[in-house]
Amino acid sequence: MIKTRKAILTRLIPSLTSLAKRGSAGWMVIIGLFISVTIISMTILGPWISPHDPTAKLVNPPPNPSPPSLDFPMGTNLLGQDMLSRVLSGGSIMLQVAFLSVLFCFIIGVPIGLLSSYAGGIVDKTFTLVMDSFYAFPGLVLAIAIAAMMGRGVVNMALSIAVVYVPSYFRIVRSQVLTIRELPYTEAARAAGAKGRTILLHYVLPNVVPSIVVVATVNFADAILTAAGLTFVGLGVGIDVPDWGWDLTKGRALLPSGAWWVITFPGLMIVLLALGFTFIGEGLSELLNPRLEQ
Amino acid sequence: MGLRTYIITRILLTLPMIMLLLSIVFLIIRVMPGDPVLLHFEKKASEEAMAEMRRILGLDKPLYIQYFEYLVGLLRGDLGKSMQDFSPISDQIFSAFPATLELAISSTLVAVIVGVLLGVKASQSYNSLWDHSIRTLGIAVYATPIFFLGMVLQLVFAINLRMLPANGRFPPFLLEPNGLTLQLGIQTPDLVPIVLWFVPIGFASLAICITVLKRKRLRFWPNGLIAVLSTLLVGWVICMYLAWYFPSARTLHIKTGLYTVDSLMEGSPLKFVESIRYLFLPSITLGLVLSGVFTRLTRSNMLETLRLDFVTAARARGLKEGAVIYGYALRNAFLPILTMMGLQFATLLGGAILTETTFSWPGLGRYLVDRINFRDYTAIQGAVVYFAVIVAAVNLIIDLLYAFLDPRIRL
Repeated sequence: MIKTRKAILTRLIPSLTSLAKRGSAGWMVIIGLFISVTIISMTILGPWISPHDPTAKLVNPPPNPSPPSLDFPMGTNLLGQDMLSRVLSGGSIMLQVAFLSVLFCFIIGVPIGLLSSYAGGIVDKTFTLVMDSFYAFPGLVLAIAIAAMMGRGVVNMALSIAVVYVPSYFRIVRSQVLTIRELPYTEAARAAGAKGRTILLHYVLPNVVPSIVVVATVNFADAILTAAGLTFVGLGVGIDVPDWGWDLTKGRALLPSGAWWVITFPGLMIVLLALGFTFIGEGLSELLNPRLEQ
Repeated sequence: MGLRTYIITRILLTLPMIMLLLSIVFLIIRVMPGDPVLLHFEKKASEEAMAEMRRILGLDKPLYIQYFEYLVGLLRGDLGKSMQDFSPISDQIFSAFPATLELAISSTLVAVIVGVLLGVKASQSYNSLWDHSIRTLGIAVYATPIFFLGMVLQLVFAINLRMLPANGRFPPFLLEPNGLTLQLGIQTPDLVPIVLWFVPIGFASLAICITVLKRKRLRFWPNGLIAVLSTLLVGWVICMYLAWYFPSARTLHIKTGLYTVDSLMEGSPLKFVESIRYLFLPSITLGLVLSGVFTRLTRSNMLETLRLDFVTAARARGLKEGAVIYGYALRNAFLPILTMMGLQFATLLGGAILTETTFSWPGLGRYLVDRINFRDYTAIQGAVVYFAVIVAAVNLIIDLLYAFLDPRIRL
């Protein structure tokens, strides 16, 4: 176990340095990884490193909201909660929702894509039509409808977001399989007498994985933004958990008083997190499709 | 295959998709949760009250009959009744739709203009600092939650600088008895925003004057300065005159529901300026977030086009760079931009929901969010169906336009 961990570490560092040699796309991946790893670890460590309890009210005596000061570097909100503590651990819901929704997409989208493209015929046509209709739907509207019907909760939110993005996984898997199926090495395997399932799992799937990873990272960013949007329209998870989306939503009512600190810090965190994953996705897709670079 | 055959097949292909969309909505809202009436009352109502509501809304019938009635109702433009007050949903949606349409059109304009300008700039200076910063900006804009951008703009331009209104579609209004006329409250002129508006207006007029002077090969001093100052003076006089004259006549008669169009139809420049002022921040917010896609599209398209022979030929004939790019090369990017507008329409509507909520813009998105807060599931269903049908229709129209404009599609 220790040996493998060491092996992973010794392989990871050179792969990072080799990324840096791949030009701007490599740097994008590195910067994106840096941002997202920092934010994720900050969120995990949040409960231990935050100066106050993020959900405790009236940490700061009235008047609230009060602007940033030495005691409260990011100010306090209307309830007198410390914004710094809320920012430090406020990503947990969003990250959980995004991870879960990507996982759901993966579990649903990839098998359907493989099955549909490999079965062909009427099965393929039906799946494609259904997926296309989901794809044509305005994503946020669909997510809002599902979330409104399923009620609050991390899993429900993740499911409603996953439904929106399953078609992208389906599409990319399907188009990749259709290309790979015609490549010489798959044909060779078929000629050697490999069964359909063996070809699918051992020849096709490993080559689809890179593009799925790209879609997944880009979708992760989308899922974060959609989760924030759902929270903003009143379909968020709850009140007693620190959440950037929730803070933004509540901060809107405070805007006329000019309380910029209540929205700025949580908002910037969402931007940074989404930016990190978008950078990874963009960089990876450029690295995997070098012909797009001119 | 002629144009007519193409149009007919395209329309026929849209029908099963719309049917599927409608079924999905029905499945999500009527079938999946079991009983929307129970959800609406959160189990806090008497059995009779719930039975009564089910009877009025037709939710007591078997599911397949409900489904059939839902489809037939849609064909007649009937989206059912609201759970809140049993009023027809279609009326509410039709009255909210113009606001969303106005926002959608203006933000698409912003997105395309910003996107094309930035994309052209990036492709002209390929791989330079400009190019990289424009690409990074595109990604950053993509990663920004629309409502966060909206709130920041609100904070800066509406609340701190007081240059633009923060909420709503028109100045605080009173509805006249017939319900068709908006009346503006009389406001005392606020000096700070008026002074602040001089900064951008001054810079713009300065830029225009300098370009004109450069063209005419005239010196800036003293003619140019006089021109700038006189522009500012004339602008100020016009502003003050309007502010003094019009408060007594600030009513808007609504015909189309698009306030910009309505005010133009009345021939009132002040009302037009006022409606644009309210439209400004929401459409900039939504447009900026959408512009990233257009920037990227224009950039890649222009990079390809600028290497083609006809561009070199145009340059060889001695045309100016601006004429080559905007007159020749950019035309090639028109069709992809049109397609992208169709593809982005769904995203646009999703963004409109958040933008409308941020700016209290009384459109469809705000209607949907309102209904969610009231747990008015029949109205939610109506709004969602309406969104779905609009998107399908717009995609169809864009496809048909495309076939009309590009003969290769019809082959």
